[in-house]
Amino acid sequence: MEMTQLALVIDLNVCVGCHACVTSCKEWNTSGQAGSMSDDRPYGADPTGTFFNRVQTYEIGAFPNTETLHFPKSCLHCEDPPCVPVCPTGASYKRKEDGIVLVDYDKCIGCKYCSWACPYGAREIDEHQKVMKKCTLCVDRIYDQNLPEAERKPACVLACPTSARLFGDVHDPESVVSAAIRENGGYQLMPEWATKPASHYLPRRKTRIKIHADELSRADNPLKKERQLPQPGKSEPSLDDVTSW
Amino acid sequence: MQTSASTATTQDRIEVKNTTCYMCACRCGIRVTVKNGEVRYIEGNPEHPLNQGVICAKGSSGIMKQYSPARLTRPLRRKPGSERGAGEFEPISWEEAFTLITERLARIRATDPKKFALFTGRDQMQALTGLFAKQFGTPNYAAHGGFCSVNMAAGMIYTIGGSFWEFGGPDLERAKLFVMIGTAEDHHSNPMKIALSKFKRNGGRFVSINPVRTGYSAIADEWLPIRPGTDGALLLALIHEIIRLGLYDRDFLVQYSNSAELVNLDENSSEYGMFVRTEVPEEEGCFDPQNKLWWDRNTNKPVVTHAAGADPFLLGEFNLKDGTPVKPSFQLLQERVKDYTPEWAEGITGISAATIRRLAHEMGITARDQKIELPIAWTDAWGKEHETVTGNPVAFHAMRGMAAHSNGFHTIRAMSILMSLLGTIDRPGGFRHKAPFPRPIPPCAKTPKGPEGVQANTPLGGMALGWPADPDDLFVDEKGEPVRLDKAFSWEYPLAVHGLMHNAITNAWRGDPYPIDTMLIFMANMAWNSAMNTVQVRDMLKDKREDGEYKIPFLIVCDAFQSEMTAFADLVLPDTTYLERHDVMSMLDRPISEFDGPVDSVRIPVLPPTGECKPFQEVLIELGSRLKLPVFVNQDGSRKYRDYPDFIINYETEPGSGIGFLAGWRGKGGEKFMRGEPNPRQWEMYAKNNCVYHYHLPRSYQYMRNWNQGYLEWAQRHRLTRYAEPINIHIYSEVLQKFRLAAQGKSDGRQPPDRLRQRVDTYFDPLPFYHEPLEAQLSDNARYPLNAVTQRPMAMYHSWDSQNAWLRQIHAHNYLFVNPQTAQAQGIADNDWIWVESMHGKVRCMCRHSEAVEPGTVWTWNAIGKSKGAWNLAPEANESEKGFLLNHLISEELPANRDGAHLSNSDPVTGQAAWYDVKVRIYKADAGEPEQTSPQFTAVPSAPGTRKVRPAWQAYFAGKGKWK
Ligand code: SF4
Ligand code: SF4
Ligand code: SF4
Repeated sequence: MEMTQLALVIDLNVCVGCHACVTSCKEWNTSGQAGSMSDDRPYGADPTGTFFNRVQTYEIGAFPNTETLHFPKSCLHCEDPPCVPVCPTGASYKRKEDGIVLVDYDKCIGCKYCSWACPYGAREIDEHQKVMKKCTLCVDRIYDQNLPEAERKPACVLACPTSARLFGDVHDPESVVSAAIRENGGYQLMPEWATKPASHYLPRRKTRIKIHADELSRADNPLKKERQLPQPGKSEPSLDDVTSW
Repeated sequence: MQTSASTATTQDRIEVKNTTCYMCACRCGIRVTVKNGEVRYIEGNPEHPLNQGVICAKGSSGIMKQYSPARLTRPLRRKPGSERGAGEFEPISWEEAFTLITERLARIRATDPKKFALFTGRDQMQALTGLFAKQFGTPNYAAHGGFCSVNMAAGMIYTIGGSFWEFGGPDLERAKLFVMIGTAEDHHSNPMKIALSKFKRNGGRFVSINPVRTGYSAIADEWLPIRPGTDGALLLALIHEIIRLGLYDRDFLVQYSNSAELVNLDENSSEYGMFVRTEVPEEEGCFDPQNKLWWDRNTNKPVVTHAAGADPFLLGEFNLKDGTPVKPSFQLLQERVKDYTPEWAEGITGISAATIRRLAHEMGITARDQKIELPIAWTDAWGKEHETVTGNPVAFHAMRGMAAHSNGFHTIRAMSILMSLLGTIDRPGGFRHKAPFPRPIPPCAKTPKGPEGVQANTPLGGMALGWPADPDDLFVDEKGEPVRLDKAFSWEYPLAVHGLMHNAITNAWRGDPYPIDTMLIFMANMAWNSAMNTVQVRDMLKDKREDGEYKIPFLIVCDAFQSEMTAFADLVLPDTTYLERHDVMSMLDRPISEFDGPVDSVRIPVLPPTGECKPFQEVLIELGSRLKLPVFVNQDGSRKYRDYPDFIINYETEPGSGIGFLAGWRGKGGEKFMRGEPNPRQWEMYAKNNCVYHYHLPRSYQYMRNWNQGYLEWAQRHRLTRYAEPINIHIYSEVLQKFRLAAQGKSDGRQPPDRLRQRVDTYFDPLPFYHEPLEAQLSDNARYPLNAVTQRPMAMYHSWDSQNAWLRQIHAHNYLFVNPQTAQAQGIADNDWIWVESMHGKVRCMCRHSEAVEPGTVWTWNAIGKSKGAWNLAPEANESEKGFLLNHLISEELPANRDGAHLSNSDPVTGQAAWYDVKVRIYKADAGEPEQTSPQFTAVPSAPGTRKVRPAWQAYFAGKGKWK
């Protein structure tokens, strides 16, 4: 447990499904160490391409009690990643120093075993380069000494307009990510698979206002200044008029 | 600054430049890394006040816009002998293009300048396009505001002197309750997302009122599905409940609005419905003189407003000494909303009366009991000193969902009044202004008043767009008929402050009010998603007179991309992308000001122009110089400005005024702001400062600006405003009453033509009222029971991004989203092909069941559907095979009715296009029908100069020289 485990924590309470994380990831990574990221039929029918991060939108419940949930998903950098042992060449590996799960393109033979093994659908084969690709946690940014320290973060984290994406070491109890998980009911996807995803999600939280009936009437009600009272007039019938005991 | 490009080697040429995004209208600061001449990375600029380092999906995909195959790169002329719309072009040189345009425009200007019309779309340079039109002398200029959200601007500005988005917004930093109504997610995109997330994390409560639950509404604490076009009923019922319970901020209304001012109710008086005035002010101007009366509670007598020690009644009825019956305008408001009960609104909106009451209570109690007090001393316009600034933390935001209805103006007046009742205007936690607002109600700018304002070889005798304060400010001839092509500022749409671009083509085609010669369209897709009634508008664009000449004889289109519109041009001018140009987000236009003070910003080129692309600004300056329009030439007629950057530095609104397009670093050495002599190094100074100039007002000037003496005097000194008079909230609108009195024949001065008297009388009500949208009044609601609306996806900006290889993977085609109950009633399954039909047309498309839409509404993403071949997409692309436009169902004109024929399908007050009024029905397509959207349009070929080859696949990798 004491080793560093870098991960993302995604706050579904504020994610608006804007896809900034999707395309900022693509623009950073396509020209980066993990690139390129190809696009098929870019201007034709059914365009499709490689993305390390995608946002899906779900509707939960029936009208009018519908929740619309935006759900960004990329590699969760599992602590016990099933995608690693299945790899016949050792191309798919988990880094000791920071827990990032990576693919070594030079060793990858494009056999796709790892993508079948990943229960989260986080890996995408590049049909043109014939290698498996996936989120690297922007490993080519987060240690780059040429970047100001505040910017040594994954592209999607910096882009996210709602700061729904937190980045840090989930093994360090003092980190923002650990605090967020601890304090806001952070959870893992499909824990029953025992993959121990390092990345977590934070659930929706609702704020309500409780109004007490007596808050509606106040001695300083401004209507009183208008010779009007926010209560029935004296001429309206009362119990006093009709009871005789 | 060093930004790593991660795979850079020492031989790589890496450049990093700050500029301003233009993937949408939000105008975030961006930092662009260029590697060996190709764009490596576009990220949010962390030092920019607007987006604070974040960026959206569109902004992150700017690379694919820069290298899009749809880019136009050469000036083009329609091939002789080919028909408009066929998209057959031949390249010409810029010199040929300029010569052609200059000859034609010079002839028009020397004879009848109004025969030249300039309409622009999503441009961010209305100060320059407007200046060009004015200098040319044509009244026929407008940008896209009339078909976007003019109701929001007009409804709010005519009530509180400011409006949402560029000119003001919700203070979510301090708010406790936030109510968002019908908001398009592309307005104030990133700042809204940043603020919303912080607001939620700080424990604020977020209520979303929208027929559809997408985007921002998804994270609302409560979603209130409402029927489209009924927001007015909801707001009036909320006002009813808040007044009934006394949950309004009495002190605020008394001091800062006209609530307590006495209205003359003598029906025989020509002053009926006007405020009683004590005396005529010495100086007349576009401000409210402080000469009205209150009825003082202490002395039970009328007194001049704000008299020392006076405390006026808000309710009651009184008689002046001369017997004139009067009531405070708040009393009239109370009477107006008396029958607008929550029960009444329930039947209209679909929101239960209990919920409406609860919402009213949440608003009223939060505003009253969670008051904010900031230890900021300030002095009000009457000289009274205040030790603190108070805030009532209930904030609102609304945009096109409320605006794009024919009843939108009054709906938005109702919202502005509700915000005022809660005491939230320019206060912490409520609504906050952004410079140059607040402005007088209405602002001072005016159009000419009649046809004499349009003269050959002369600049227009006023602004092309203005803010009428009374019927005398209309732009009409002696018969009361319009001078402008789009009929803005006529009795049909008196307060059409952004024009009616959506009627320009139809009117020009019909020759009503007159035919024109040349139309120049910049960046507006009028042959597609920016037009109502798209199918017929496309026909009008190519329709000919009997003599074989086109009804609109000459059409020039300037755009960066091969849109649907370019196919109809006689001349196409290739614009640059935002990465290839200088630009200003000017204080003379719609700057990017923040709550705490004025902010303007610039774009500076990061890349050289592609091919022969030329920024439209350069085109205007070139044409202005060739046509010898006064501001663009010296006295001897020689060219005054070398180019656009030179113009921006040296142009002053009047010689020596010291006011120019940019407010920052003025004065010879850049030591002044807002006002000062031209500074030759102004661009450099912007470039060095993140392309932004941000002036932070002293804290005591940051709130209550309508009535803040310090601020008002500061604004006057820095020439943001002409007057420093207080800007009182118009709960009751005398401006509207003046038009009504004219319609009733009760006032001297201008009168509407008889056919429009009843219309003006009805809609120029000084207090907001609810009426069913016009289309619903004029269509068969039993046959067309459903409302159809569009939403704007956060990952696309209107039609702009289908040429973007990354963004089109997010939205390649659209569906019609239908509540399963509604779909199943028609036997329609998820993914079935269906027909959507309105009284105007029908569209075949695919249906998606959705629980996130109220059952009386169907909706789709706006502008995803494309015409075949446009945007240089393959003919088999999803956009044209499965994507569709709702526009085919929407008419730009109402069916002929009691008010006349050829009236715009618009708000009768402002001319705001009533996109969301359309009523439809849906039914299953026959089994044998093609699985393809209908209508279909003939494919257009790729224009010369666009990239011919559409690759089967591509893999972008910057810096290897393949993409330059
Ligand atoms: S960028 Fe942030 S808000 Fe937008 S989809 Fe991604 S996680 Fe959600
Ligand atoms: S999410 Fe999938 S690819 Fe990522 S580490 Fe876990 S199993 Fe492997
Ligand atoms: S919100 Fe608009 S301006 Fe800002 S980054 Fe996105 S596209 Fe660009």
